[in-house]
Amino acid sequence: MIRACSLTDLPPGESVRVVGPVPVAVFNADGELYAIDDTCTHQDASLSDGWLEGCFVECPLHEACFDLRTGVPTGPPAKRPVRTYPVVVSDGDVYVSVADQTAADNGTAEVA
Amino acid sequence: MKRIAVVGTSLAGLRAAQALREAGYDGALTMVGAEPHQPYDRPPLSKEFLLQGKAEQDGIALAITDDVAALNADWRLGVPATKLDTAAGTVVLADDTDIPTDGVVIATGGHARHLPGPSVAGVHVLRTLDDAIALRQDLQAGPENVVIIGAGFIGSEVAASCRALGLRVTVVEALADPLAPLLGPELAQVCARLHPENGVSVLYGTKVTGLSTVDGRVSGVRLADGRLLPAEVVVVGIGMRPATDWLTGSGLHLDNGVLTDAGCVTPLANVVAAGDVARYWSAEHDAYVRQEHWTNANDQPAVAVANLLAGRTITHYRASGYFWSKQYDAWIQYAGRTAPTDEIRIIDGSPEERKFVATYHRGDRMTGAFAINSPKIFTRTRKQLRANATDRSS
Repeated sequence: MIRACSLTDLPPGESVRVVGPVPVAVFNADGELYAIDDTCTHQDASLSDGWLEGCFVECPLHEACFDLRTGVPTGPPAKRPVRTYPVVVSDGDVYVSVADQTAADNGTAEVA
Repeated sequence: MKRIAVVGTSLAGLRAAQALREAGYDGALTMVGAEPHQPYDRPPLSKEFLLQGKAEQDGIALAITDDVAALNADWRLGVPATKLDTAAGTVVLADDTDIPTDGVVIATGGHARHLPGPSVAGVHVLRTLDDAIALRQDLQAGPENVVIIGAGFIGSEVAASCRALGLRVTVVEALADPLAPLLGPELAQVCARLHPENGVSVLYGTKVTGLSTVDGRVSGVRLADGRLLPAEVVVVGIGMRPATDWLTGSGLHLDNGVLTDAGCVTPLANVVAAGDVARYWSAEHDAYVRQEHWTNANDQPAVAVANLLAGRTITHYRASGYFWSKQYDAWIQYAGRTAPTDEIRIIDGSPEERKFVATYHRGDRMTGAFAINSPKIFTRTRKQLRANATDRSS
C-alpha cells in the first residue's frame, strides 16, 4: 500500500498522481475513489491531468477515454486497457494497493 | 448499400471502417491502401520514432490485430487506387483490378512536398513510416550537420528529435514569422524561442536555392544570399499536397482537395471524403476548408460515414480545431479558431517558465486556447470552448 494523499485533498472531480513502482492516478468521481495507471496506453500522457466525467477519464492529449471501474478504453485512439488498483481510505488518508493490480472492477472504495 | 470501398488506410480510413461497422453496416468492406503497412499513427514518426528504441513499429499500430480482424474487411495494401470510375461504379487499383462498389470513402490523405528536381541521397521528407525508417537510419549514422527546411510543426519536431540524438541542427525557413498567422505574434515568439534555447539556430526569411552534392549524396544547402550550409542530412518539411491525382476524370470537384458539402459528401451522394484530403464547406469559416490535423482525421469519418449510409447529408461536421506538438521538453496544445489580432490573456502560469495556458478573445467571446506543458488546465479550457460553441449553435 502506498499513501496517495489526504482525503481532503481529493474532493469530487479531482485527481492526484502518485509516484510508486509505476505512476498511478487516483480519482474522486462523485464520491467514489478509483485508481488506474497514470500513463495512457496510447501515448505518453498523464491521465491524472485528464478530463473526469462520471466514472470515465479522457486523456488530456488525444481524448482516449477509459472506464475508471475496469480500465477498459471506450474507443479509439487507445487500444489496450490501463490497470486498476484497489483504493482504501484509512484515518482520512487515501491509500492505493499497487502490488495488487487487477483488471477487475473491485478497484473502488466508498467514501464515508 | 452492400459494397463499400474505403480508399486510404491511415487514421481517417481506419476510423471510417470502424464507424461503418459501429453504425451496423454489415456489407462487404474493402480497404485500399497505397502503403504496405497496416494502419499506423503518424504523429510519433517525427518524435519518439526517430529516437532509437522508442515507439517501434508495433507501438504505433492504430489498432490491435483482433480489432482489425473484427472489421471483417478485405485489405488491399500496397496497391494504390488509380481511378474512380463513377459510371462503372468501380475503384480501379494499380494492379488493374476493379473493385465494384456502391459507396466510396475517400481518405487518401496527401503526399509530402519535395524540393524541385531529382531526388538526392540524404535528402528526406517525413510523412510515411518508410520515410521515418529511412530518416532514422541516416540520423543514426551520426551526421555532423543536419539542415531542416521549413520551421513548421514537422520541421520543428524533427529539429527537437535531432537535438535529442545529440546532432547539430540548423533550420531554414522562408517566412519571417511562420507561426504568427496561426498563433498571433506573441505566442508565435514563445514557440520560436524554444529552438535557440535548445541549441538550434533558425534562419528566418531565408530561401533555399539548391543543394550541393558529393558523389551523388547531399553535402550542403545553398541559400538565396549565396551561403552554403554544410549538411550530410537534409529534412524537407514544406507541407503536403492532397492525394487527389487518382480522382482526375472522376467528375468530382478537385481544388486543393476533394470538395464536399458541410457533411463531407461530394456531389455524388454515395461518395464521401474525410481527413487531410477532404475540403469541406464550413459555415463557421464561410469557406471550404481542409484541415491537416490528427484530430480532424480522427473525428471527420464518423460524420462522413453517417451521411454515406443515410444516402444524404443528415449531419454536418464541426472541427474541434485541436492539435498538439511536442518539441524538446514542451508539450504544445492549441484549440479553437483564432485570428492573429485576437486579444491574448495568460490565465495560468507564465510563458517565461514555459508552462502556461493562454486564451484568445474577440469581443466578449473566447475564440481559442493555447498551452505549453499545462495539459490539465488546457483540457478544462478546451471543454469550455466546446461548450460555448455548442451553446451558440443551439
